Amino acid sequence: MIKKQVMFTFPEKLIKEPIIFNLGRQFKIVPNIRRADVTESKGWVVLELEGEEKDIDQGIAWVISKGVRVDPVVGDIIEG
Amino acid sequence: MSYTRVLRCRKCGQEYPIKPINLCEFCLSPLEVVYDYKAMRGEVTREKFAAGPHSMWRYKDLLPVEGDVIDIGTGYTPLIKADNLGQELGLEQLYIKNDTVNPTFSFKDRPVSAAVTKAREFGFKSIACASTGNLAASVAAHAAKAKMKAYVFVPSDTESGKLVGAAIYGPVLVVVNGSYDDVNRLCATLAQKYKWGFININLRPYYAEGSKTLAYEVVEQLGWRAPDCILHPAGSGLSFTRIWKGLDEFAMLGLIKPVKTHMYLVQAAGSSPIVKAFESGSLHVNPVVANTIAKSIAIGNPADGIYALKIARESSGGACAVTDDEIIAGVKLLAQTEGIFAEATGGAVIASLKKLAAAGTIKKNELTVAYITGAGPRTQEVVSDVVKPFIVQPNLESFEEVLHDQI
Repeated sequence: MIKKQVMFTFPEKLIKEPIIFNLGRQFKIVPNIRRADVTESKGWVVLELEGEEKDIDQGIAWVISKGVRVDPVVGDIIEG
Repeated sequence: MSYTRVLRCRKCGQEYPIKPINLCEFCLSPLEVVYDYKAMRGEVTREKFAAGPHSMWRYKDLLPVEGDVIDIGTGYTPLIKADNLGQELGLEQLYIKNDTVNPTFSFKDRPVSAAVTKAREFGFKSIACASTGNLAASVAAHAAKAKMKAYVFVPSDTESGKLVGAAIYGPVLVVVNGSYDDVNRLCATLAQKYKWGFININLRPYYAEGSKTLAYEVVEQLGWRAPDCILHPAGSGLSFTRIWKGLDEFAMLGLIKPVKTHMYLVQAAGSSPIVKAFESGSLHVNPVVANTIAKSIAIGNPADGIYALKIARESSGGACAVTDDEIIAGVKLLAQTEGIFAEATGGAVIASLKKLAAAGTIKKNELTVAYITGAGPRTQEVVSDVVKPFIVQPNLESFEEVLHDQI
């Protein structure tokens, strides 16, 4: 089991979809929300995902395929 | 003796011991080094700084390190009164902080010197970073000096000139086949698996502190006063926040009067999430896909964006974005007025300065410091169109014929 900290940024069309719930259920991941701000037009959530590494990787790929932007919670690691 | 006390979460205030960690366990926000300022009062003086080495390490008391430092000669760079450029822009008290003259040609030597010193204190044998240029060179150079192993990760589209700039110091250079985001994700995973000092992950709180010396030096070079206005480029926003912290610390210690500096943050239009948040009045910095020639500030998801945004607002400063064409014009203007060849990011600073001066936002009599953070030669392809030589035969007739209107 590993833990991965990520930030999800949701576009307006996905605000009402239970993406985090489905992520947990479909991929056997435990999502633990630490910070969030969701309005009717946009939303971001900082959360920790706990599970098997391959499940987390597959889960994140699924979230991205739905149209959510996924970033490492530490921000961009690459610098100039 | 170090005055370092704890790490503190910038969001919720939770405190942690001095360890190689960068995130609050509770809210996953960044951690920052906190010092014992009470103990510093009376001990940390202008005279003590003045008696120190001519490098960033004269301010060691305000940096989070204990013993010997890894120093390749960084800092105490020139603060130049830019009269020619000032005349061009209508500014009477314009100064350029020329950080292009650091050992690896960028300001990154400041935070990296602090981070590698701390990495050695923590007992790390290896350090690592992901970079498209300046950071890679600086980390590799400091690792060489510290006799540590360096892992440098670069995206596969990194220009060969930049690879040489890092490879010359002998790091393990890893070119990652994949997108910018792929490199980010890979490095986040590696940082969890390997016991390395990852410069901008688990060493980030210490790395950040080195940039405070950008503020300390300017204050000392101005005769112990803070500027009226500061312009500084922002990629992650980290160094922008640390310049403000540096000014604030000097004021808190009674070394200068209370700070009223207006902080102006500069980004490239193709990568300006912080400027967009500033202009829209947002409290959140939404990530973007970066696309600009100013690679050193091409960061779409700035880790300290929200804190940089806050400082620009609270200091009654601002945030300015300029196009790639304006950036190139800025690089040329700086070179052709002050003789300083900056990388594209420096061009962004000069272009923003021009805009802010023309709009009257920065007044002509305000003491303004523009930070030029990296040198041009490593990325000279962005201004290669300046090469338009006169071709002559090796005789006087040909010379006078070809250059008749130039003589």
